[in-house]
Amino acid sequence: MATKIYVPRDTTSLALGADEVAAAIQAEAAKREANIELVRNGSRGLFWLEPMVEVETTNGRVAYGPVELKDIPALFDSGLLEGSDRHPKALGKPEELPYLQKQQRLTFARAGIIDPVSLDDYKAHNGFKGLRKSLDLSAQAIVDEVKTSGLRGRGGAAFPTGIKWQTVLDCEAEQKYIVCNADEGDSGTFADRLVMEADPLMLIEGMTIAGLAVGATQGYIYLREEYPVAHQILNEAIDNAYKANHLGKNILGSGKHFELEVRLGAAAYICGEETSLLESLEGKRGLVRAKPPLPAIVGLFGQPTVVNNVLSFAALPFIMSQGGQAYADYGMGRSRGTLPFQLAGNIKQGGLVELAFGATLRELVEGFGGGTLSRRPMHAIQIGGPLGAYLSERLWDTPLDYEAFAAIGAGLGHGGVVVFDDSVDMTEQARFSMEFCVAESCGKCTPCRIGSTRGVEVIDRIRAGSNVATNLELLNELCETMIDGSLCAMGSMTPIPVQSALKHFPEDIPADTTSTHNAEVC
Amino acid sequence: MNHTPSWDSKAVLEVINDLKHKPGALLPILHGIQDSQGYIPPAAVPQIAEALQQTAAEIHGVISFYHHFRTNPPGRQVVQICRAEACQAVGSRQLEAHAKEQLGIDYHGTTPDQEITLEPVYCLGNCACGPSVRVDDHIIGRVTPEKFDALVEELTTQAVEVM
Repeated sequence: MATKIYVPRDTTSLALGADEVAAAIQAEAAKREANIELVRNGSRGLFWLEPMVEVETTNGRVAYGPVELKDIPALFDSGLLEGSDRHPKALGKPEELPYLQKQQRLTFARAGIIDPVSLDDYKAHNGFKGLRKSLDLSAQAIVDEVKTSGLRGRGGAAFPTGIKWQTVLDCEAEQKYIVCNADEGDSGTFADRLVMEADPLMLIEGMTIAGLAVGATQGYIYLREEYPVAHQILNEAIDNAYKANHLGKNILGSGKHFELEVRLGAAAYICGEETSLLESLEGKRGLVRAKPPLPAIVGLFGQPTVVNNVLSFAALPFIMSQGGQAYADYGMGRSRGTLPFQLAGNIKQGGLVELAFGATLRELVEGFGGGTLSRRPMHAIQIGGPLGAYLSERLWDTPLDYEAFAAIGAGLGHGGVVVFDDSVDMTEQARFSMEFCVAESCGKCTPCRIGSTRGVEVIDRIRAGSNVATNLELLNELCETMIDGSLCAMGSMTPIPVQSALKHFPEDIPADTTSTHNAEVC
Repeated sequence: MNHTPSWDSKAVLEVINDLKHKPGALLPILHGIQDSQGYIPPAAVPQIAEALQQTAAEIHGVISFYHHFRTNPPGRQVVQICRAEACQAVGSRQLEAHAKEQLGIDYHGTTPDQEITLEPVYCLGNCACGPSVRVDDHIIGRVTPEKFDALVEELTTQAVEVM
C-alpha cells in the first residue's frame, strides 16, 4: 500500500518552498522505488515549522519540519516512510506539539489534517453535519441556534451574528444575498486565508447554512486579489461541492437552493468595510455608504443581505452540528466561543493560535510566540490590524476579550497580533498609519481624505523636532476631528494606532530642536 | 522609449461578452482584460462602457479607484513588496530601499529594459514569515536583500532563455 505523505499547499508553506519540497519528495521516492501517495493539505498554522511534512503510519501521523530540499535524501535514509524519529527534523506526532495542544481548536479543528478540496475527507472529519441538520430545520430555528451560541462577528466589529440574521430573515424580498467578507486586508492577519486554503468547505457549508437561515439563494465570497492561492483552492472546493450537489439546486434532495461564486477585489483596503465591499461587488468604486440603511435591510443590489466575515461563517458548521450551547461554553463574559489569534511580525513562532477568549496578550506572545525572531527584546505589539492600537509592555497582561480591550482604548479586531522588537521607532509607525490612510481612504469624507494627509505632515514636523509640543496638540485635535467626523472606521480608527504609539511610547518622541532653551543645551 | 502599446481588441471583446451578463459585471470584466492583456487599454474603456450601458467616465472612475488596475503595460514581471506593519517588523523598509536602489526605480516604475515593474502591496497574508514579495501568483517569504537579488537574477535570466 502506498504511504501517504502530506505537504501543505497554503500560501505560507508555498512561500517557504513547499512545492519544491513536494516535487523533491516525489522524485526521491521514485528513485528509491518507494510507493507513496502525496496529499497536498493545508497548514496547521505552525508557520515557523513550514514546510512541515507529515507521514501517515499505523500509529498515526508523524511530522518533520521545517523541511528544506537538502534534508530530503537524509530524511528518506533515516526512515521517513516509517515515521522514524531519527532525523533531527522529526517532530513526533503533530497533534502532540505543545503549540497545538495548548489551543482550543473549534474552527481550525481540520486545518492541516485534511485535503482541503476533498469532500470525502471533509465528511470523514465531521464535515456537512451542520448543513444536514440545518436542511431539516426551519429558518427561525437556525437563527435561534446562532443566537444561543453568542457568536459575534469576527471581522472586527463583533456585532451579534444572530441578531443580524434575524433582521435579514424578517425582511420580505424576492432575492436576498449572503456575502462573505474575505477582504482580509489587516496586516498581521491570515486566519481567513487559512480557512480558505486549509478548510474551504467549512466556509462553503457555513455560507449555505446562512442562506437557509435567512432565505437567501445566492452567495458571493468577496476575496482580495492579494490571495491568489486562496482563490485557486476556493474555486476547486466550490467546483467539487457543486459536483456532489452540496451547492446549487435542490441541495442533497432537500428542495433548497444555494449558489456560490467567488468575486475578486482589486487591491483596496477600504473594500473590507462592508458597505464599500457591496459597492465594489456591484461594480462600482468602493465608496463607503452612509448607514442607515443597514446592509441587512438594503444591501447588495438594494436587497436584504447578510455580510459576515470568513471566520463568522466558519464557526457555523460547529454551532449547527454541536449546538449553540456547546459553542457558548467557551469564552468569557460576552465574548463567547473562540477567537483565532494570529501571531505575526517579529516573532519566533508565528502562526495561528485559536483560543477561548480570556487568555492574556502576554501568554499569547510569550507562551506561544517564544519571543522575537531577532532575539532582541519585545517592545511594542500592535493588535487588530493597521487600525489597531500599539501597546507597550505594561498593557500586555490585559485579557484577550472584546470588553477588556475596549477598556484600554484598544480592540481585538480580527485577532492579528504584530510584534516589534526594540529597534522600532514608534513615531515612524505613527506616520505610517496616517500614510496608509492617505493611500487607502475612499475619499468620500473629508476628515479621512484630507485629515490623513495633514496627519503625515504634522507627524513629519514632530519627528523633525519642530515645535513638538504645539504639533502634538495639533495632531491630537486632528485625530479628534477624524474620530468624530469620519464616515467609517477607516478615518475614525486611524487615530488609534497614531495616538497609542505616541501615548504609550513617549520616549520615541524627539526633543524639540526649535526652542531656544533646547538650542542652548545642544 | 517611445512605443505604442499593442493590445488584442478581439480578446478584450471576448472577455466583455463573456462576462457582461453577470450582476455587477464590471470588476470581473476589468480583471479578465488585465489578466489577458497585462493592463486595461484606455481605448477599451468605451467598449466596456457600451456593453454595460454606463458612461466611459464611470468606467474610468472605477479603474482609477483600485490600485490593482493599470492603464499602461507593465514590465515583463511585476514584483510587489509588502509594505504593511508585520513585514516592517522584520525589515521590509530596508528591503524596499534595497530593491529600489538595485533596480534603479521607485514604486510604480519599470526598469528601462522593460523587465521589472516594482509595486507596493499592503499585505499578502504571509505575516508570520515576512518580509514578503509577490511575483505573479507566487508569494515568497523571508525575503532578505540577498534573496531579493537572487530572485531578480532568476527573473531576468529567464527572459534571456525565452528570447
